Amino acid sequence: MARIDLNHIRHAYMPHPKSDADYALKEVHHTFEDGGAYALLGPSGCGKTTLLNIISGLLHASHGELLFDGKDVTRLSTQERNIAQVFQFPVIYDTMTVYDNLAFPLRNRGVAEADVDRKVRETLEMIGLADWAKRRARGLTADQKQKISLGRGLVRSDVNAILFDEPLTVIDPHMKWVLRSQLKQLHRRFGYTMVYVTHDQTEALTFAERVVVMYDGEIVQIGTPAELFERPKHTFVGYFIGSPGMNVMPVEIDGRNARLGGQVIALPGAPKAGAEGSIELGIRPEYVRLGIEGMPVSISKVEDIGRHKVVRASLEGREIAAILGEDESIPADPKITFDPVGINIYANSWRVETGG
Amino acid sequence: MDKTWNNKAWFMVLPVLLLVAFSALIPLMTVVNYSVQDTFGNNEFFWAGTAWYEEVLESDRFWDSMGRNLLFSAIILAIQVPLGIFIALNMPRKGWGVPVCLVLMALPLLIPWNVVGTIWQVFGRIDIGLLGYTLAALGFDYNYVSDPFDAWITVIVMDVWHWTSLVVLLCYAGLVSIPDAYYQAAKIDGASRWAIFRYIQLPKMNRVLLIAVLLRFMDSFMIYTEPFVVTGGGPGNTTTFLSIDLVKLAIGEFNLGEAAAMSIIYFLIVLLLSWVFYTVMTSYDAER
Repeated sequence: MARIDLNHIRHAYMPHPKSDADYALKEVHHTFEDGGAYALLGPSGCGKTTLLNIISGLLHASHGELLFDGKDVTRLSTQERNIAQVFQFPVIYDTMTVYDNLAFPLRNRGVAEADVDRKVRETLEMIGLADWAKRRARGLTADQKQKISLGRGLVRSDVNAILFDEPLTVIDPHMKWVLRSQLKQLHRRFGYTMVYVTHDQTEALTFAERVVVMYDGEIVQIGTPAELFERPKHTFVGYFIGSPGMNVMPVEIDGRNARLGGQVIALPGAPKAGAEGSIELGIRPEYVRLGIEGMPVSISKVEDIGRHKVVRASLEGREIAAILGEDESIPADPKITFDPVGINIYANSWRVETGG
Repeated sequence: MDKTWNNKAWFMVLPVLLLVAFSALIPLMTVVNYSVQDTFGNNEFFWAGTAWYEEVLESDRFWDSMGRNLLFSAIILAIQVPLGIFIALNMPRKGWGVPVCLVLMALPLLIPWNVVGTIWQVFGRIDIGLLGYTLAALGFDYNYVSDPFDAWITVIVMDVWHWTSLVVLLCYAGLVSIPDAYYQAAKIDGASRWAIFRYIQLPKMNRVLLIAVLLRFMDSFMIYTEPFVVTGGGPGNTTTFLSIDLVKLAIGEFNLGEAAAMSIIYFLIVLLLSWVFYTVMTSYDAER
């Protein structure tokens, strides 16, 4: 296992990139700590798979350096980097048995057959396919195949990191939970450095200790699931994480108050200097209180999603979502207030600190 | 519960049945008819029983043609299948090279059989043909008209030129359907070029290869036009394959009964061998 340093990595798929827009990865400067479980979260096309392929060496970055435990591996091939990668669609060698699939990476590296046998048996135990060793790999279910893909990475004791590229896409929902918890277990037991790419926030938040949110070729925030939820650094994070996403509305700042049309909203503190440009207020639906006091709204729709209701309303002509408990009712003359704890202020889409 | 039978559905298959009857079954029955009777013209027929079949099966001439044809098919498959796979593996997967290669590959397939024959007949001539003249000028003793070995080489090279493309195109279709992730996983697993071919590409080409082998076997086993145009079955009988022999027998010698019996035997052999190929390859497939 290794610590992975991404040193000002930039990547463009075209040969002569001119402007920032030509880069699939604008600039990534980040460290994945040894033994950490990370999720790379972002919408399709944000560059997360590009970043993953740069780490595994399937792609070579246009600029920047990649270090494993401080050693420069930028120019090394995939094989030399000793990385395991699990792809979106299970890749298995379907003419081989399950056993031979796992033995394949070791045999390719010229490992002695006695060691191959020991490692393969260990790995089969780890992924719970010991009873399937002699079976042809092609007849297995999607989740078993995906376990084989993972097993081919685990079987090499010296892998630097295990990378996952949306590995649960083709897995049935009930198996997703099982596989994900097995992954977490493997991580806890063996301390692998794991990087998990996904566009599913639930997957990211349940798998990872730290989530790296990417947007348009850049990392916009790195944090624990709680940090991403409470203090989104960028309006994109607020919008992308949470269901429904954060409400974002343009406001004017007046000391410790924000002005939205005819309404005045009390802030937890005055925004610190630098709050210029287009100012927005972000608040998650969870912190919007619906009651008989506050700012008048007109309700357009109520979605009952089981545990709670999502209320879609209009405040000063803007769409706003609020979450209401299952047993709470909507007053005849609905008004809303914002819980100050949940208020974030954004300048040009980036969060600004508010002081006392 | 009583099931209601609606026999009207049979009328729906009637057109196809008629079409197949006229295009295949009735002509085939005519052949069967000839093969069990003897005729001396005048539309007079005499029952001959299995006499014609016995005659065909006992004649050296039939077995010689059969031997030549089996050898020819074996050589054709042994050259075209590996060569086709090799070319398909080396064709570009993206960029402007793809359409260029595909068109170049498809060209020989678009040329009519007798034209292919004529091209090579002229091409190989030592007096005016580019190939024959060049070889002669270089000091090779090449003459497909008089030398059986040269005649065989010419016919084989011609067939390879004409039909390898089919194997290439089928294999290429199999190759491009392999997702990138397989190659990426193979890189991560440290697979060699050979291992990638053996464990990823070959298994994925399996099905198209079955089709390629079947088609190439049947076509080469029934080859007629090209060698007929180039060598006319000669020199002597050295390039007389089964269908050339059959036409000689039926039209050259007007031996309709024996020719009909030979046709039936020929047909059954093609059917049998195709079935054997198919069974072997699909059972091998299922086993894995």
